[in-house]
Amino acid sequence: MSTRKEKIVLPLIAVLLGFLLGSLIVILTGRSPISMYAAIIKGFSGIDIINGQPINTRYIGEFIIQAMPIILTGLSFAFASRTGLFSIGAEGQLMIGSISATAVALLVQAPKAIHLPLVLLAAIAGGALWGAIPGFLKARYNVHEVVVTIMMNYIALHFNNYVILNIFGSVDRVKTAPFPETALLKSPFLESITRNSRLNWGFIPVLIAVLIFSFIINKTTFGFSLRAVGYNKDAARYAGIKVNRNIIASMAIAGAFAGLAGGVITVGTFNFGRVIQAAEGYGFDGIAVALVGGSEATGILLAGLLFGGLKAAQPLMQSQGIPREIAGIIQASIVLFVAMKYGIKMVLDKFERKQVPTTEGERV
Amino acid sequence: MSNIVEMLHITKDFPGIRANDDITLQVEERSIHALLGENGAGKSTLMSILFGLYQPDAGTIRIRGKEVKVSDPNVATALGIGMVHQHFKLVHNFTVTENIILGMEPRKGLLVDMRTAEQKVEDISKLYGLAVDPRSKIEEISVSMQQRVEILKMLYRDAEILIFDEPTAVLTPQEIHELMQIMRRLVEEGKTILLITHKLKEIKEVADVCSVLRRGKLVGTVPVADTDEERMAEMMVGRQVSFHVQKTLAKPGDVLLRVEGLNVKNQKGVLGVKNLSLSVRAGEILGLCGIDGNGQTELVQAITGLTKVESGRIFLRDIDITHLSIKERSDLGLGHIPEDRQKHGLVLDFTLGENFIIHNYYKEPFAHWGILNKKAILENAQRLIKEFDVRSGQGAITPARAMSGGNQQKAIVAREIDRSPDVFIVVQPTRGLDVGAIEYIHKRIIGERDKNKAILLVSLELDEIMDLSDRIAVIYNGEIVGIVDAAETNENELGLMMSGALHKAQEAAQTGREPAHV
Repeated sequence: MSTRKEKIVLPLIAVLLGFLLGSLIVILTGRSPISMYAAIIKGFSGIDIINGQPINTRYIGEFIIQAMPIILTGLSFAFASRTGLFSIGAEGQLMIGSISATAVALLVQAPKAIHLPLVLLAAIAGGALWGAIPGFLKARYNVHEVVVTIMMNYIALHFNNYVILNIFGSVDRVKTAPFPETALLKSPFLESITRNSRLNWGFIPVLIAVLIFSFIINKTTFGFSLRAVGYNKDAARYAGIKVNRNIIASMAIAGAFAGLAGGVITVGTFNFGRVIQAAEGYGFDGIAVALVGGSEATGILLAGLLFGGLKAAQPLMQSQGIPREIAGIIQASIVLFVAMKYGIKMVLDKFERKQVPTTEGERV
Repeated sequence: MSNIVEMLHITKDFPGIRANDDITLQVEERSIHALLGENGAGKSTLMSILFGLYQPDAGTIRIRGKEVKVSDPNVATALGIGMVHQHFKLVHNFTVTENIILGMEPRKGLLVDMRTAEQKVEDISKLYGLAVDPRSKIEEISVSMQQRVEILKMLYRDAEILIFDEPTAVLTPQEIHELMQIMRRLVEEGKTILLITHKLKEIKEVADVCSVLRRGKLVGTVPVADTDEERMAEMMVGRQVSFHVQKTLAKPGDVLLRVEGLNVKNQKGVLGVKNLSLSVRAGEILGLCGIDGNGQTELVQAITGLTKVESGRIFLRDIDITHLSIKERSDLGLGHIPEDRQKHGLVLDFTLGENFIIHNYYKEPFAHWGILNKKAILENAQRLIKEFDVRSGQGAITPARAMSGGNQQKAIVAREIDRSPDVFIVVQPTRGLDVGAIEYIHKRIIGERDKNKAILLVSLELDEIMDLSDRIAVIYNGEIVGIVDAAETNENELGLMMSGALHKAQEAAQTGREPAHV
């Protein structure tokens, strides 16, 4: 199999196997997998295959809402991993993005055309800064980024809550005052076509982020040097590429993607700054999305949509009498099967070879 | 005499590659049978099948006339087959005896009977003239002694059929000579040897029969006495090759590279290069020869900027580059074919085309305003592929990882020669290449010299050093023990210097040599 084909076929097989395993578990618990698939289909498209009602577009809106932040955290993890870094920091960078967006949303007064971009830029900058710190520590003192990013997630969590409670003064100890209209991604139009879902303009910055990711990695000299460092640090150094500078830049950009996710959630899904009780899992979902998406822009977009849909389907599954955890199990097993891609490849290769007897190939 | 090993119609496929294609090999008892071929010709695969590391897809193996199935190396050992791998498999802080008995320790109650074991090792060592001290620790003995420990390991297990995988790659000329004697002694005592190599001279010197493989197929089996090196080379490569590098006398110009009193620490944290001085002039090739691990790596990495210098200075033309970055050195005209092609030379997950621009990716024509120019990158790749005959499955878009070792090497050499640097550090440029490719690359290196570039050639192949160099510096234990004119020296003298037995520098010292002008 060619590597190109592999990149498409292997994740698809993993997804298939993930659903298969999910169905198996549903059957084992004595329920019908059909109602599970009905819930999932409804979660993705709003089509109710059981009762045959007209399409409910609200579900589409809600599923996109779920997908947006994890596409961004997926891009974040993937960007760092392209430079050979394993960043667990998207969660914290997202929180810093949220608090930065909250600050600008509440403190700045400007027309929407200025205020909203400023809010998102603040989220991006906050996330980038938060990402650059572990990058710097890695480059300068060789402190492992996994440890630093995990710890920084906690710092971000408590920093966020401290600022919300003590600086922006939360009345109910849960959220700040609502943001002014000029700071929001809210769209009455999008809400109206999706039956009052929370769908908002946030998908536009998400799509731009996907394009930027792909552009930087594949088309620019900067992306070239990042990939060189990621694949082989020694060879990059030999070729005169500044490895440390690339590590910091890569972590900062990874942080920027996650920070944007925080911004999109804060002024899109919510319209107030909020106290976060514990990590919300966007960071880890992002890792899963990046893995399934093969750290490629398109793959991450698709994987993000898939996982977003599965998340959106959870309450629907519950209403069908199927434990919502099944969706989690499907997600987890997809990731597991993606991680087992070499095994899957081996089986496929064996199968392929049995189909067509190998013609003479020579190693050149 | 009868055939002790018969491998009949062996075929072995790897995904996309047929490594062995219907190969039949018959080895006479008590003979030295050489297996000759280019890199990727399938020699190692064939021997790995015999040793049980791989299973053939078709074909049968007969040992002493009996058909056998060698399902793993333990079966091979039971059949009396032993293998000395290219990279030794020894526990460094164990003694010789401990390494040899590992896995089959003789016991006395609950304890290992070390005394009996040592006695047995010593007896075998004496019988075959190996002169190994059974009580030494591996880390204290030389590479050639370590190799003998590997041989002892096979003999201790009563191996009758001994496979040697490129055994001379790590040895000095003297050590190679001694190994040859040991091999003959082994045959006299009734052993049979299979020798994997691509060095024609060794085959001529020691082997009885030679089988030549080319691209997975057996080209032929010839008695060594009836053939010569030229004919074997032709069989191996498939065309005529010339062995001797054509070159005119060097016309050295200004000193382009000067190293003064250099001290460099090695990975263990001790000085690997000690107070070393040398200089290379425009239009000459200075060969640096020495046994592997005598400071060559440290010297090269210090000059190219991969390692920090303890003290001393390095000049490119008259610019002090001692503390410049790798990129600054490269921009000043320093080029480098690295020793370790997979660590430094290539990004294996990049395509061939991307690897070709690894230094210049941000420069015109490969990039404009920070955006890569795919077309220019592709054209550059196609040009180099054609010029240097780099063979790969999908041309410019082949991932470097999917290429054979020899072609990876060719790709690096192509990239670096194409940059035509003023000062060119060339390390093992033809490692693992077949004679045809060696011939071409040597010609190009001479071509660079004739363009008035200064070339420092570091190689473990003495022939390569002697063929290409104008002057030869010998490094031993981190120091230059002598610099000789290539035309006036011979293998013997160099070998003695490489082992530290002869210091040519002594004469120079008496005449008040200045370190800057060696």
